[in-house]
Amino acid sequence: MSDDGDVTGGDADAGGDAHADESDVPAAGTLYDQARWTDNGQYEPLLSEKDSTTVEIGDDSPLPDDLTRDSVELPGLAEPDLARHYTRLSGMNYGVDSGPFPLGSCTMKYNPKFTEAVAASPDAAVHPDRSTRSVQGTLELQADLQDYLGRIGGMDAVTLQPPAGAAGEFTGIRIASAYHEANGEDRSEVIIPDSAHGTNFATAAMAGFDVVELPSAEDGRVDLEALEAAVGDDTAALMLTNPNTLGLFERDIEAIADLVHDAGGLLYYDGANLNALLGRARPGDMGFDVMHYNVHKTFATPHGGGGPGAGPVGVVEELAPFLPTPHVRERAERSSATGSSGERGDPRAQSDASGYERYEPEQSIGKVHGFAGNWLVSVRAYAYIARLGDAGLADASAKAVLNANYLANQIDYEVPYGPFHHEFVASAGEQDAADAAKRMLDYGVHPPTTKWPEIVDEALMTEPTEAEPRGTLDDLAAAFNAVAAEDDATLEAAPERTAARRIDQVGAARNPRLSWHALDDS
Amino acid sequence: MTRQTRGSPYAPHTAADTEAMLDAVGVDSEEALFDIPESVRFDGEFGIEARSERAVRREVERTLGRNDDLTEFLGRGHYEHYVPALVDDLASRQEFLTSYTQYQPEIAQGFLQALFEYQSMLVELTGLDVANCSMYDAASALGEAATLSQRVRSVSGDRILVPDQLREGKRAVLEQYAAGPGLSVATYPTTEGTIDTEGLRAAIDDDTAMVYAENPTVCGAVEPALDAVGPLAEDHDALFVLGSDPVALALLERPADVGADVVVGEASSLGLGSAYGMGMGLFATREEYLRQVPGRLVGVSEDASDRRAFTLTLQTREQHIRKERATSNICTNQAWVALRAAIHVATLGPDGLVDLAEDCVRLAEDLAERLDDVSGVRAPVNDRHHFREFQAHTDQPAAAVAADLESAGFAVHVVDDHRIQVCVTDATEPAIDRFVDALAEVA
Repeated sequence: MSDDGDVTGGDADAGGDAHADESDVPAAGTLYDQARWTDNGQYEPLLSEKDSTTVEIGDDSPLPDDLTRDSVELPGLAEPDLARHYTRLSGMNYGVDSGPFPLGSCTMKYNPKFTEAVAASPDAAVHPDRSTRSVQGTLELQADLQDYLGRIGGMDAVTLQPPAGAAGEFTGIRIASAYHEANGEDRSEVIIPDSAHGTNFATAAMAGFDVVELPSAEDGRVDLEALEAAVGDDTAALMLTNPNTLGLFERDIEAIADLVHDAGGLLYYDGANLNALLGRARPGDMGFDVMHYNVHKTFATPHGGGGPGAGPVGVVEELAPFLPTPHVRERAERSSATGSSGERGDPRAQSDASGYERYEPEQSIGKVHGFAGNWLVSVRAYAYIARLGDAGLADASAKAVLNANYLANQIDYEVPYGPFHHEFVASAGEQDAADAAKRMLDYGVHPPTTKWPEIVDEALMTEPTEAEPRGTLDDLAAAFNAVAAEDDATLEAAPERTAARRIDQVGAARNPRLSWHALDDS
Repeated sequence: MTRQTRGSPYAPHTAADTEAMLDAVGVDSEEALFDIPESVRFDGEFGIEARSERAVRREVERTLGRNDDLTEFLGRGHYEHYVPALVDDLASRQEFLTSYTQYQPEIAQGFLQALFEYQSMLVELTGLDVANCSMYDAASALGEAATLSQRVRSVSGDRILVPDQLREGKRAVLEQYAAGPGLSVATYPTTEGTIDTEGLRAAIDDDTAMVYAENPTVCGAVEPALDAVGPLAEDHDALFVLGSDPVALALLERPADVGADVVVGEASSLGLGSAYGMGMGLFATREEYLRQVPGRLVGVSEDASDRRAFTLTLQTREQHIRKERATSNICTNQAWVALRAAIHVATLGPDGLVDLAEDCVRLAEDLAERLDDVSGVRAPVNDRHHFREFQAHTDQPAAAVAADLESAGFAVHVVDDHRIQVCVTDATEPAIDRFVDALAEVA
């Protein structure tokens, strides 16, 4: 492999010939050139191209050779080389602090820096198998976060165990399954609107249910007649996002809840869009029985390039006995005060007189994570909620909804449906939404979610979040409008100012090369 | 420019901006934007008081400070190795930390390349063809492997075989994944902390879709019988799924060489350290199962300037395209932890990684020998080589020994009435002498 020792010899040609002239982009909004490194005509080389060293497992190994492998071949680079490699890679990546990130349904809001410092506390770095007595601080913070989330969602009990939103859905649907089973009922169907997140469908299938897809009404909301026709003795649950993926509040939510409950089903709330409702409405008050929270959306924990997130699940009291084990609670002074969510003894629970304990809810579905979920994400979420408090949380939603409405008002693309809340779905009309999105990259903004939900043609699903000030929204609108006025050839040639030009994704799938080993073969 | 005093500190609107924006939208208040029927409006309070940044930090530090200050000789699936400062520094760069899933690859080449490099490291360590760019944790990766084994099987069969000593939490998650597709989880026996080959032969049958083994096993034993598993599984058209982690993989038998079809495990043993069980699931498999892999994959392609570029690929396996026919519902994963693990592997390099793995053997074997010299303790219980951890017999009740150790500032696992489990790594090495002294006091 190449070891030309020229690790630092690549050219940073930002603004150079490979990038577009500024004249290619109308003077709208903030101009942007992403950093780009090239070396011998390629972008930043792979670690394996900078060095590849083979280490033999030798005679001095502490294990006999029938228990060991023969050798390991990996890059062996010095720390300065690595610092430069990853710093360059970071330059070829775009985060929330780089610029606006109005990715619909993803709630890419600003991630306050102090929550990183809080999560880095040495006292947070404990092993999950420690005795209950020795992790009272961790359990207290978990109990406090459970309490906060319960108040925010209007739920009676909350588990922090699910490590992501989809894992929260899985937990919630498994709880629904266990609940029906405990009632001696065999219900095989989960109803999901056609505008729902893809995870809802996949979750229901993973949990063993048949999916009944519900067509949206003409106003983009749940079609009550279609729902009435769909519910029945087989209905285990309806999974609903409110406001839905068009940003529309399901005004008939009480009627929807009645239809589902009268049929004996449960109502599941997908918390992806909770950032629209903080302090204005709570899923528990709308008749939802079980919900997940997307902590990495609503409560500002960083997405980390795809994760980790956290997907706590809240339930009404009747479902509390089914929560994953172990659950955390403040130890009751009075031993009889366990209410309907009784428990059986946890052999690991300790018998201290006060403090916090772990226990197994009496009809627990079991576990959805090997330990206690993404704990360090929980710590960040707690810090964020405590920082904002009632007024801050309510203001976050107010500004998120104001921003979406203002931006929608400023752009030239058609925005069907309304009134929307934290997000809207514009239509790129005659343009290809994916091409329009690629062109937006040249204007220094991350584009909206594209071509979804499918009920809007050439959808541009846009969620600016509360973090953008008016000036940035004006820049964003200018970028939308500049792109809206451009011809197809310009869009198809985009992007020009990003680290890489348009990438052939079909080619990537047709000839999968998924490791540097595969490149050696090709 | 009056700022709102009681709003979100992260919503940078001036009162004047807010007014102008409301005007532009054509409403007279923020409340008017909410299209929520009165009957479901929330007019109460959460009762959460806003605090300053400094106050929140102080409060959380005070709360977490109630955790006892213990030196943890704990493992059983969650491990702490020293994490170089370079990992924290580079992974904390906002371009990585605050970025999203790479749905627009042209603007996310940096993270995509780092994930491609992570996948490549795992391909090297497992010897298998394909590694995805993370699952939630080892337990969910095992659950996903079980459902994959059912999907790829040519004849019906719904039995998942796991070792009888499988960690309880891992088994519980596996059963959660198994419930939907109607898989049943059964066990095969172990002896001396490793596979009882004859017992496995008796337990496996033609309904078996998957056989799971671990190396090292949950009690830290290095598995000597892996060679037997592959042929047994193959005879019954079952997949051989092996659990391990990146440190162990650098030294122990290469999964591809013992016929493993899938490798799962806890890849956050590098890059993260003790995080109350937060981890990152490793998932690698053979190319023939590529289209059944759960989760995200980064692949190579070219851009319009004919340069090599990276992109998420084979997304038709995933929920946002395939909905209820997806291989899994996973969306958000542990990408940032994968980045950390990759930087950690790169920082160690092959020499450092193999050294670390060899130290895991030496430290465990040295400590077991020293504990064996303690009166009332016999270690290791299992007549095997060990990696990081081992079990020890205590003449006194194990729970009492562990409680006394805790009073002395040390945490160990209690396995059963007279058995503790002790894990030692570079992170706890400096405390070994004090630990041995403490055990000698209480055992």
